[in-house]
Amino acid sequence: MAEKVLMKGNEALAEAAIRCGCKRFFGYPITPQTEVAAYMAKRLPKIGGTYMQAESEISAINMVYGAASAGVRAMTSSSSPGISLKTEGISYLIGSDLPCLIINVMRGGPGLGGIQPSQSDYWQATKAPGHGDGHILVFAPSTIQEMVDLVFDAFDLAETYRMPAMILADGMLGQMMEPVVFPEKEVVEHEKPWAANGHQGKREHNIINSLYLKPDELERTNRERFARYEIIKEKEARVEEYLTEDADIIVVAYGATSRIVRAAVKAAREQGIKAGMVRPITVWPFPAKAVAKAAETASRMLCVEMSLGQMVEDVRLAVNGKVPVEFYGRTGGIIPTPAEVLEQIKKIAGGAK
Amino acid sequence: MADYNMVMAGFGGQGILFSGKVTAYAGLMEEKNVSWLPSYGPEMRGGTANCSVCVSDEPICSPLVVTPNVLIAMNEPSYDKFIDAVVPGGTVIIDSTLIAKKCERSDVNVFYVPATELASEKGLDGLANIILVGKLLKETSFSAYESVLKAIDKCVSARKEHLKAKNIEAINLGMSL
Repeated sequence: MAEKVLMKGNEALAEAAIRCGCKRFFGYPITPQTEVAAYMAKRLPKIGGTYMQAESEISAINMVYGAASAGVRAMTSSSSPGISLKTEGISYLIGSDLPCLIINVMRGGPGLGGIQPSQSDYWQATKAPGHGDGHILVFAPSTIQEMVDLVFDAFDLAETYRMPAMILADGMLGQMMEPVVFPEKEVVEHEKPWAANGHQGKREHNIINSLYLKPDELERTNRERFARYEIIKEKEARVEEYLTEDADIIVVAYGATSRIVRAAVKAAREQGIKAGMVRPITVWPFPAKAVAKAAETASRMLCVEMSLGQMVEDVRLAVNGKVPVEFYGRTGGIIPTPAEVLEQIKKIAGGAK
Repeated sequence: MADYNMVMAGFGGQGILFSGKVTAYAGLMEEKNVSWLPSYGPEMRGGTANCSVCVSDEPICSPLVVTPNVLIAMNEPSYDKFIDAVVPGGTVIIDSTLIAKKCERSDVNVFYVPATELASEKGLDGLANIILVGKLLKETSFSAYESVLKAIDKCVSARKEHLKAKNIEAINLGMSL
């Protein structure tokens, strides 16, 4: 079996991408994700890859646009303010149906904000990763091992559905070290008959484009894309359920926050409160069915985030008024403590009686 | 085994993050669940540095240690910041070369080690952090001695091969105190 190594989240993301056959990285440094770029800068030139530090985030995402157009596995990585700069390019990638990987190691915002962990880009990632009608796949790992595993899935599904994929992490996951094993599986890149690459005049040339001046054509491409999104929502939503079976109070949390919630749920159980957790692993597609199912058995729900309440809107939509959905969040780079979350669970448990 | 939720804190440059890494790796060598979370703010650049290390038989929930049962403090601001957070019964190891204060709490086990002074006396400059890890090992047996040696082997890069023996010497010195 492959060796378990202790690795920083950011470095593990980079190594996983390399093992996925991604040899083209374009980025611009920003705390707390700089180790992704640093790792790529060190490794890629040694294995025949390309590491390019662009002059800006806008430039980096457009280099990804170019590489992806040529059918090459490519990625970029940044943190919140940098992702905002990339959104124009992400929209072009969506509009051109191109696969790529984007990593967001979130920090506090808005504006330049801070550099400590945050989950306040949930809306951006899931609702408006760029202008126009469109979505990207968004994966929300909660451990370093899961970060690695999801990088493999992100590339695979991005190519399956021809759309960008994002790993939505945060400063805590990016900076922390945990044991990790890299899966030893063969990576198969998808056929890309649409790629604008060399063909020696043997076929019709491909065009990568997101400009449609005729409204009916643009509506058609958007509708086609949204039909694909329906399939994705049906097939690709992922969730982990923790002690939900008999749970009276179900907490919904993703990413690093779900680790704190897990501790709080354990502590609540020790105090005789039937608590459980639903942890979205994909936040787009949002696992609405699993959340709705949880609302059938629980009497109250609580959403915990490192934001002032973003995912809670999706939770409330999924629950559809069946049970009250409370919210607890810290923001600006503050990580909630298990004790704080336990306090919220107890408060709700008191109200449930 | 008990769970260890440790905070190691001091100035940037004292090897705080490195000693945390050695501790975490020692746990990994024993197939434990481990996590290591550094402070990464502007304070790292010349100010205080700290890291949280968890070693447990169970999967680690929060890698951010809020209430440590082990504190290694290598400067006064860090000592002041974390001493009240240590859980009763916890272990506190203080570099008494750099921290003049005496702990007023009676519900924690405090050990004063003049690690920085010892390091300089014994030709182990820059390894006060590892002397303190040695002391921690003696007082808590957070892992087996052999696992710490393996951890040092993993953590000291090949370029600094010559420092491995020094690190082991520092562990041994800490354990002898």
